[in-house]
Amino acid sequence: MIEFNNVTKIYKKTFTAVKDINLKIDNGEFIFIVGKSGAGKSTLIKLLLREISPSQGIITYNNQDINKIRKRSVAEYRRHIGFIFQDYRLLPKMTVYENIAFAMEMICCQAKNIRREVPLVLSMVGLSDKAKYYPDELSGGEQQRVAIARAIINKPETVIADEPTGNLDTETSKEIMKILSEVNRRGTTVIMATHDREIVNHFQRRVVELKNGIIIRDIKAGGYSDEPKED
Amino acid sequence: MNPKKISYIFKQAFKSMWRNRMMGIASIGSVTAVLIILGFVLIIVLNVNNMAMVAKETFDQIAVYIAEGVEEKQIEEMGNSFRQIDGVLGVAFQTKDYALESVKEDWGEDAILLQDLRNNPFPDTYIVQLSDVSKSDEVIAKLETFEGVDRVRYYQDAVNTLIKLSDFVKRFGAAIIIVLLLISVFIISNTIKITVLSRQREIELMQYIGATNGYVRGPFILEGVMLGLLGSVVAILLIMLGYNYSINYLAGRYVALISGMSGYLVGVEMVINDLIIIFMTIGIGIGILGSLVSLKKFLSI
Ligand SMILES: Nc1ncnc2c1ncn2[C@@H]1O[C@H](COP(=O)(O)OP(=O)(O)O)[C@@H](O)[C@H]1O
Ligand SMILES: [Mg+2]
Repeated sequence: MIEFNNVTKIYKKTFTAVKDINLKIDNGEFIFIVGKSGAGKSTLIKLLLREISPSQGIITYNNQDINKIRKRSVAEYRRHIGFIFQDYRLLPKMTVYENIAFAMEMICCQAKNIRREVPLVLSMVGLSDKAKYYPDELSGGEQQRVAIARAIINKPETVIADEPTGNLDTETSKEIMKILSEVNRRGTTVIMATHDREIVNHFQRRVVELKNGIIIRDIKAGGYSDEPKED
Repeated sequence: MNPKKISYIFKQAFKSMWRNRMMGIASIGSVTAVLIILGFVLIIVLNVNNMAMVAKETFDQIAVYIAEGVEEKQIEEMGNSFRQIDGVLGVAFQTKDYALESVKEDWGEDAILLQDLRNNPFPDTYIVQLSDVSKSDEVIAKLETFEGVDRVRYYQDAVNTLIKLSDFVKRFGAAIIIVLLLISVFIISNTIKITVLSRQREIELMQYIGATNGYVRGPFILEGVMLGLLGSVVAILLIMLGYNYSINYLAGRYVALISGMSGYLVGVEMVINDLIIIFMTIGIGIGILGSLVSLKKFLSI
């Protein structure tokens, strides 16, 4: 369970990026964080990943104040979370298989387990036949699928994605969303930041909407608010 | 640690050392420079101290040089008076001819250099044996009052000079070494910085994944260790060659001139084991320190 209690983040002492955030995310939820570019979505995610610390307020993960985690235990904390970037961030000199195996090697795992697990995740994201490909031989959608496989290979409790479909067309985005839904269906909490109306409206999940760093809406299941389109 | 992790760390460390070899050579060179200077200082201090030790054995003798042209009879009387001085055990006389002969013997082949001497430059000398070293100052003061005494030489002076020299070398050396140590740490940290930056994407990713510290830091620390170690190996080889060469050169050519110093020098085989341990420790230390400095600066966690 994740909780934000009165969290404010002020950059460079003057710029308030998010303000008075109160947010509770239960295990197993699927939640969209939406809002225009600059609304503070990434800031919220960075706070949760403990990349940055809040200026005020407390963030807890499973009732632990994450800003009280010692520096050398941050790595351990992050193993609870699989992270997906907008720009995929695959290592270019490694094959699809190696990119996924890398994430496993980094935190544990006997070779035997790696050989068993990687093909399973690959088949889940539908890339069994591309294991030996290099990232630059894949389409954007395929690269993002590899990134999802990498994010879930260590069976994290939570998957966080910051604009995972930001670089993809609508059709490909829907494929990515299908996979994330499947990840969520298997019990993983999924938190996804996006400004993509179509996706949000299509999936009808919990939506937390930010505007100028403030939560203006938090609904159980629904779409984007009906503001006129701007982006 | 599992073998996979070790092989990953080694692979990354070697890869970046190769990719970044010019900076690597500069790093190794800086470590070598520090260690060679350290080696110089150690060797000089060691040898000077050794000389002082050997010289101490002749502590209880004072050489009294007799002025040119003093009558034989007066010389004899002087000897008798010397014996009366409190603190003197005995007195032995060495003629100037004896002094010349013994030097010729010491020099061996080089004695040819002395053949052209028209006059014997060595003085007649009394060797005064002390019964009590603590009285040396009083004895010397008295000896100097005698008419016909040209100069009084006491080895303690030489020993003191040697000890002062070794102190000076120690201090001066320590200052230079500290400065050079800092410079090497700086150079190595810059080398590692380049590696950190060139692998930034991978490192960032590893930090998001929650990679263990060993995976994130291991390769950089190892790279620092290798640079330091290589620097120390080069320094050890250079010092060994250089020291051996200098000792042989000195022993073969000049030692006779500095009156039989061969016994005063410390052979390379006596110091090399300690030197290897000291150098490797310091080399590795510099490497680790350089890596840590860089990691602290450039890794967010
Ligand atoms: N490191 C930073 N320093 C200063 N301002 C920042 C920093 N990061 C983000 N901001 C500002 O905070 C606001 C929110 O940014 P962000 O959370 O990235 O928004 P979003 O992800 O919703 O587009 C933006 O106006 C951005 O310029
Ligand atoms: Mg953003």
